[in-house]
Formats: sequence, structure tokens, C-alpha cells
Amino acid sequence: MSALTPELERKLGIAVERMPAFPRSVQRILELTRNINCLPKDLVGVVEKDPVMTMKILKVINSAYYGLPQKITSVGQSVVYLGINTVKNLALGFAAVGILPRMNAAGFDIQRYLLHSLVVAGVARQLAVQSAKGEVDPGDCYIAGLLHDFGKVVFAQFLAVEFRDALVHAVEHSVPLHEAEKARIGVDHGLVGALLAKRWAFPEHLVDCIRDHHNPLAESSGMMDCLRVADQVVRFRAIGDSGNPWRETEAHAAQQRFGDNLEATVAKLASLDKIVDDAMMFAQVGKAP
Amino acid sequence: MKVRFWGVRGSIPAPGPHTLRYGGNTTCIEVRSDDGSLIILDAGTGIFPLAQELLKQMPVKANIFITHTHWDHIHGMPFFTPLYIPGNSVRIHGGYDVVSGRGIDQIMEVQLQYSYFPIREAEMKAGIEYETLSIGEPVNVGDATVTPLMLNHPVVDFGYRVDCHGKSVFFTGDHEPWLNIYTPEDESYGEFEQMVQMQQGHLDKALAGLDVLIADSSYTAAEYPAKIGWGHGTMEGNVGWGRRLGVKKLICTHHEPTRSDDDLERVFATALETTGYAPGRPGEPEILLAREGLELVL
Repeated sequence: MSALTPELERKLGIAVERMPAFPRSVQRILELTRNINCLPKDLVGVVEKDPVMTMKILKVINSAYYGLPQKITSVGQSVVYLGINTVKNLALGFAAVGILPRMNAAGFDIQRYLLHSLVVAGVARQLAVQSAKGEVDPGDCYIAGLLHDFGKVVFAQFLAVEFRDALVHAVEHSVPLHEAEKARIGVDHGLVGALLAKRWAFPEHLVDCIRDHHNPLAESSGMMDCLRVADQVVRFRAIGDSGNPWRETEAHAAQQRFGDNLEATVAKLASLDKIVDDAMMFAQVGKAP
Repeated sequence: MKVRFWGVRGSIPAPGPHTLRYGGNTTCIEVRSDDGSLIILDAGTGIFPLAQELLKQMPVKANIFITHTHWDHIHGMPFFTPLYIPGNSVRIHGGYDVVSGRGIDQIMEVQLQYSYFPIREAEMKAGIEYETLSIGEPVNVGDATVTPLMLNHPVVDFGYRVDCHGKSVFFTGDHEPWLNIYTPEDESYGEFEQMVQMQQGHLDKALAGLDVLIADSSYTAAEYPAKIGWGHGTMEGNVGWGRRLGVKKLICTHHEPTRSDDDLERVFATALETTGYAPGRPGEPEILLAREGLELVL
């Protein structure tokens, strides 16, 4: 397969609509919604930590039906438009689909993936606050981090055999996972995630970030810079697992904005430990495999 | 344009000697455009006495606009007798329910299930049509225009602005002004507050030049803290909103079902006093309690 056919794209779109969410968020949604007085902010706190639930909420709010003047990129904003009870019932519907199994035929650990995504999201948001204030919305950077690798869960769920080959290929040939995906599946996770995001009318800058986060030739932007550096920080420190083993020859991203010393960037991230601790608690997983 | 109230009660019908002056039927408002086109806002139990009146004016051509599908706003639908008579036409408008994934066409199908009602929709002989509306997109009814606007309630709720030859009325359906789900010490408070202000700003802009505001005024400001998130507004809040919009009239409706007429008048008087109501002052809207039979001519 040299590219994603329109037919496969359509099938993946439908499959993702029926995709179960992450175990911890399903459990928390069921717990919270048993209490008639549950706090709206607690519900939002769960939905915005789950890439599957977040994707689905953004799909609803950005659908043509609402015809909103601007695209929505945050769960909080969705609550303002839809009302908390509607978001609660949507979340219950997502929870009722079941839970993503921790392991799959691809051998891709989705809870360690979740840890990776959550920490990238938190770091990208903080980088935006520290280094791109006024240029990019920190909330947008959070969403970009949470969803940047969404294509991998889609692969693990729906193209498991091919994705397993790509994961093995990346290790055996010491190449980045996105290169291995192109070799084994025909497309990389960035493209698949971006196609879904585009199909569901997500904002263009978010689609671009998801598609191009591994493409060094893609146009730079505040959001892209924060996402790429956050992704490197988290992978280089082996927090969670993105499935991408490749490190050695990877150039530091966004050097113009962040300089060429990743450790120095990390040192400035005052709340990295807290971001990691919170994410570990939610993803129910430790740092080491 | 004429507006007549047939049901002004919230949540559940409240018949009895204590509600004789304002009425116990749930929400239903009749709007007649200048050319006589019939617009019915909500189908609470108040639609039943309206139906009796309409039977004298056959054939009936009705346009029903449902603000939202909670019981008290659709309760009377199966008793809207013009639905059963051939030659009548009824067009039912409403929103898309994102949770069920269905448009307004589900409303009767759900209500008329075998266990809950003896008649099937197929047995209703009027011409029945459904139109699921898009937010902000106006619909023409005769010489009037009806614009649905998204409000805040525990289910998708449309407020409807009706415009006819330069006159306008807006009915909120059930609406609680948007509020911040965070407290000031939370990191997300400021960002959320901005979104809330923006949303209110969009609504106010869409209501520019409004003549009459009919607003969900279920509670008093003092009662509200125990009712946060229930999806209803306050008398005092709506006085402020009406002033801000510069409307000529504010009609408070969706009366709390446990309030007697005396109680209702008492809390209303207090609300007007605490908001410094000065009837006749330039720019001050005329403020009334909705009651069954109240008619406004715009």
C-alpha cells in the first residue's frame, strides 16, 4: 500500500467513532456520574486527559451542525457551547463503548502511550506559556500534544499486524517509527491522525501539527515548535512510550526558539515533575516498562 | 405581531386554587405574525387549550418551534388536536440532539411509544413535517422570520427570536446564563471566564434591537445558589439582561411549580425592589409576570 486510500480513510473514520476510550477515564466517568452533584470541572478534567474522548467531543462541536464562527480546540470551550450535562452524557456514551485493551495484537502498550501523550501535552502547554506567550494559545498546544500521536492508537487498533511490523522494523533497522510506518504501512501516524482531524473539521493549525510533527521541512510555528520540543523532551527522558526508539541522530527541534541544548530547556520546565506525576497517576503506569 | 401566553408554568403542570390567576399549564406561547401566520413556541400542556381555540379556525396551518425536548415543553404535543384532522398541516421545528444523534423528527416517535400513548403517529391525519434547525439560521414563516439561538440548559435548548415588520420578540425556552465551572483559584478560571463572556456577548449581539424579551425566570437570586446547574434563570438576572439589551418589555415566565399566585407576586415584587425597578424611567423596560391569557400586541 503506497498511501491511504479514500476507502480505508472512510473505514478508519467510522472505526474511530466506535473506538473505546482509555481505562482510567472510563472508570472515572462512571464514578463521577453516579453522583448527581459531581463537579463539572472534575468531568472536564477527565475528558481532557483522554485522547479518544477529546477527539470525539471536538468532532461533535466542530461538526457543520454548529456552524461556529471559529473552530473549537478545547474541552472547556465545548462545555460552554454544549452545556455540561450534554458533555456528561456524551462522555457516558463514550464510556459505554468499553475500554481500550492495554495490549493489542500490535504489541503497543496504550497506557504507556497515554503517559507519553499526556506529558507531551503538559510540557507543550508549559513551553507555550514560557516561550511563545501571545503567539500561540497554550490550550491549543496542550491539545496538539494530547492528539499528536493519535494515529498510532488507530494503527494499533485497526491495522495491528502492519503496525507491529513497523514497530519491529524501527528497532531492527534503527530508524524513526514514522519512517518504519511508511515502509510497512505506506503512511505514517501523523498523516492518519491528521486525515481524521481534517475529516472532523478540526482547526487547520491543529491538523498541520498532527501531520507534520516529524517533518523537519514543515513550516515552523509557535505551536509546532512547542509540540516538537515537548515530544523530544519526553522521548529522550523515556517517559511513557511512543513506540519510537530512535534518538541518536535526531537534531534538536526548534533551535531558533529554544536553542540547541535540550537539557537547558528541560531545566527551565519548573513543573515537569508534577506534569509527569499527574500523568502517571491518570495513565496508571510507572516510568519504566 | 401578537403574542399570547397559553402556558407559563415550569417543570410540571400546577393546577389548583392557588394558581388560578397565573395558570398551571406548562410552556406554550402563540405568536401571530402580521399576516396571521401561526407560530407556536413550545408544546407544554398549554397547547391543549390553544388547540381548542384553533378548532374554530380550521383548516389549521401551524408552525411549532420546540425550544428543547424536556417533558414540560412537549407534554401537550399528542393532545394538539389539529394533528388528527385531515387538511391541517403542522410543521415541527427544533434542534439536533447530539447525544441521541437524532433531529427533532424523533420527538413524537419517542412520545408515542406503545407503552406510553395509545395512538401512533401514522394515525394522525394532518400533514406533519419536521425541520431540524441550524443554529443562527433564520426560517421564514409567512411574513415573519424565526431565528434559533443556542442557549444553556442540561439539554440542547434553542431560544427563538421572531421578527416581523421591524418588531421582535425573543423567547429563551429554559436558560441559565453561562457560568464559570472553575473557581478563581483554579488555573483555568480566567480562560473559561473569557469564553463565558464571549458566549454572552454573541447572544446579546444577536438580540440587538429587541422589543420584547420573554425569559425563564424560575428562581429568585436568593434561591439560585441552591439551583446552580439546573438550567434556569432568575428574575433579578433577567431584569439586568433586559436593561442591558434595552428591550421595551420583559416578561418573566417558567414560574416555579410550587409557587402559589400570592408567593409569585411576593417574590416578583421583592425582585423588582432589589433591582431598583423604576417604571416609566427612560430606558427602563416594562416588566411583567407571564400569565395564561396575557396578550401583547407589538
